[in-house]
Amino acid sequence: MRWTRILTAFLVLVLLQAGVASAQTVLRIGLNDDPDALDPTISRAYVGRLVFAAFCDKLFDVTPDLKIVPQLATGYEWTAGGRSVVIKLRPGVKFHDGEPFNAEAVRFNIERHLSTPGSFRKSEIGEIKSVDVVNDLTVRFNLAEPLVPLIAALTDRAGMMISPKAARELGDRFGTRPVCAGPFKFVERVAQGKIVGEKFADYWDKANVHVDRIEFVPIIDSTARLANLRSGDLDMIERVSPTDLAQVRSDPKLKVVSVPELGYQMLPLNLNNGPRGKVLGADPRLRQAIDLAIDRETIIKTVFNNEYIPGNQFVSPVSPFYNAKFPVKKRDVARARQLLREAGQPNLAFTLIVPPERDRQEAALVIQAMLAEAGITMTIQTQENVTMLTAGRKGDFEAYFTFWSGRPDPDGNIFTFTTCNGAQNDSKYCNHDIDGILTRARHEPDAAERKKLYDQTTEIMLRDLPRLILWHRRIFTGHTIRLQGFTPHPDGIIRLKGLKLS
Amino acid sequence: MTLPRYVGQRLVVLVPTLFFVSVMIFGLQQLLPGDAAVALAGEEHDPAVVAAIRQKYNLDRPVPVQYAIWIGKVVRGDFGESMRNRIPVAELLAAKLPVTVELAVCSMAIALLIGIPAGVIAAVKQGRPVAVAANVLALSGLSVPHFWLGIMLILLFAVHLGWLPASGYVAPWEDLRRNLATIALPSFVLGTGVGGVMMRHTRGAMVETLGADYVRTARSKSVTERMVVLKHALRNALIPVVTLGAIEFGRLLSGAVLTEQIFAIPGFGKMLVDGVFNRDYAVVQGVVLVSAALYVLLNLAGDVLAFLVNPRLRGTT
Repeated sequence: MRWTRILTAFLVLVLLQAGVASAQTVLRIGLNDDPDALDPTISRAYVGRLVFAAFCDKLFDVTPDLKIVPQLATGYEWTAGGRSVVIKLRPGVKFHDGEPFNAEAVRFNIERHLSTPGSFRKSEIGEIKSVDVVNDLTVRFNLAEPLVPLIAALTDRAGMMISPKAARELGDRFGTRPVCAGPFKFVERVAQGKIVGEKFADYWDKANVHVDRIEFVPIIDSTARLANLRSGDLDMIERVSPTDLAQVRSDPKLKVVSVPELGYQMLPLNLNNGPRGKVLGADPRLRQAIDLAIDRETIIKTVFNNEYIPGNQFVSPVSPFYNAKFPVKKRDVARARQLLREAGQPNLAFTLIVPPERDRQEAALVIQAMLAEAGITMTIQTQENVTMLTAGRKGDFEAYFTFWSGRPDPDGNIFTFTTCNGAQNDSKYCNHDIDGILTRARHEPDAAERKKLYDQTTEIMLRDLPRLILWHRRIFTGHTIRLQGFTPHPDGIIRLKGLKLS
Repeated sequence: MTLPRYVGQRLVVLVPTLFFVSVMIFGLQQLLPGDAAVALAGEEHDPAVVAAIRQKYNLDRPVPVQYAIWIGKVVRGDFGESMRNRIPVAELLAAKLPVTVELAVCSMAIALLIGIPAGVIAAVKQGRPVAVAANVLALSGLSVPHFWLGIMLILLFAVHLGWLPASGYVAPWEDLRRNLATIALPSFVLGTGVGGVMMRHTRGAMVETLGADYVRTARSKSVTERMVVLKHALRNALIPVVTLGAIEFGRLLSGAVLTEQIFAIPGFGKMLVDGVFNRDYAVVQGVVLVSAALYVLLNLAGDVLAFLVNPRLRGTT
């Protein structure tokens, strides 16, 4: 019959499509979300940074213990009392399109970060007023004010260097096919599908790149992502959920590594952002009572399988800037009740906005029960993430449940949240002393002196409590045992150099 | 009435339908709480950045003006740009349409392969255990949640047996074998759902035709039962089934959101959901408009098929 003949022909065609056997090593990494535009100037999604690690090298990088090390730049020196910094560049570096990396390219990139409308890097390096090309391999940034965290900012997207020629050619479309100077060259991106890169033959550190091809596959569902790792369709997955750890750990073909994150999970409290600020903003004792009624350790044990780290400050307890004089307080319901009585509100009631995400919803329920024991009625209002963030900006909240992914420099974890005009200060907390201290800390190059200033900050923060820091997550990365050479970093970014896949 | 006239009339209705759809989807998105510029800005709350985004995408203009700007471009083929990726929406739609079509076609094929025979059996052997089994099969296809079935299949075929990839998609012109491997499980998940529907339609239509006069005539002429069922009854029963099948196919084309998420298939469904969560208005509007157009056209195709197959619909010429 004609049918059978057609079917047979089709099957033969399929079977003949033998995949070409190649000696290429391919590393497949599963991403939790789909990255946005792959343009360092306008990219804002965290997951985009993982992809940039393959394509775009930066001026500097950070080690796992947050020391700044050279990458495209070889060194830096503060001059003119901190008002300018001279950066020496690595010789012999090429962009993926063959263009040379030099001081002129650095100037182009910094000016692009500063002048592009909608640039997300402006707030990170906005203090740079001008860039001078000293010679081909030396560049000088002139600042309005000294800014110690600037170098740390250059270890992330603000320090990523793109090819000026490609930027001019592609214009607005650069984010669809990035051309940088990293270990891998962009090959293709299937929209909302995988992103593919191949080893860059002229990479300046090519001896350390042992993988020929890299594929990033966004898979939103965590169960599906885990299944891919177990079946071998993925070699690595990032930010494994604590509840999936047991499965990964019990599989002999897989391995989990973890590192404490740079950021924190928090409840910003409305102190003075519109009329709703009256609920919790009236008296710091109300906020202290809420803080004392929460048992962070129990929540971490029950909701997160004891995998997270309790926190109360804007840096985690493993950070050198943590103020050891103020460890996380133990729960004290009696004292909480007393504070509420003193403040004249023994039956405090407020609303916490929580996005519909399992981790935060469960934690919120436990917090609700704990607060009830202290006489506090907390109502949980579920709002989708974007709606919640918008409400936060507008002051349409009393408390909401969010997080900050963290920055290598402590300034990045507090300045914009706590200064009177800070862009991320939804609480509208305003303490001019704090403004002064934090501004001095940004200008202070000596680490010991900075620590003293941040210690002062922490003491005030724990008294005023414009936001409740709850815990610091651990970043879990799961990978096949065939992968060697992986060292986790606190920012969660997978560095690809040194990785070997057997 | 002639076929060209029939088709022409229906196509004319397409324009106001699409216009209405465009107004609806544009308006509905404006109702979504949350600020699109804030959505794009995410963690970075720099007000200058948010303002720049608002200006670039006309988010600060009055809503009717925004609509006019958008629809004016659409008419010229410019569906705008994804605010998140800066990729033109037309490009995204063109890239994902083949994926969605392939998934829809394969799912439909499985649905028909399961549904029609099951429906025929259930109609012919009414009341017998075989018919009950067919009914149960259809109902379970309809009731089992897609995401559960999908995960179970991944665990079985990818993790434990290792026969098929757990997720992802490879274009057929890149690697046909792998393409079929990636499309197998999601098509099966979707196909069982639609298969249930097709089975019910087929069964209903078959029961009706089997009771018709011409079937009784055929039987009395000693035509074998097999021929009665397949040649006489089924061919006529297929008319309504085809029409309904076209509608189901149209629904498949608007994207299977959950299945695409589980299997990481870059089709319309995933793009739509991501667009809503990111307040990427242009993307959502583009997907809905194209899906609506496809749906209407498929409806038309179904009716044309019925028109061609059933002379009674043609009326007097």
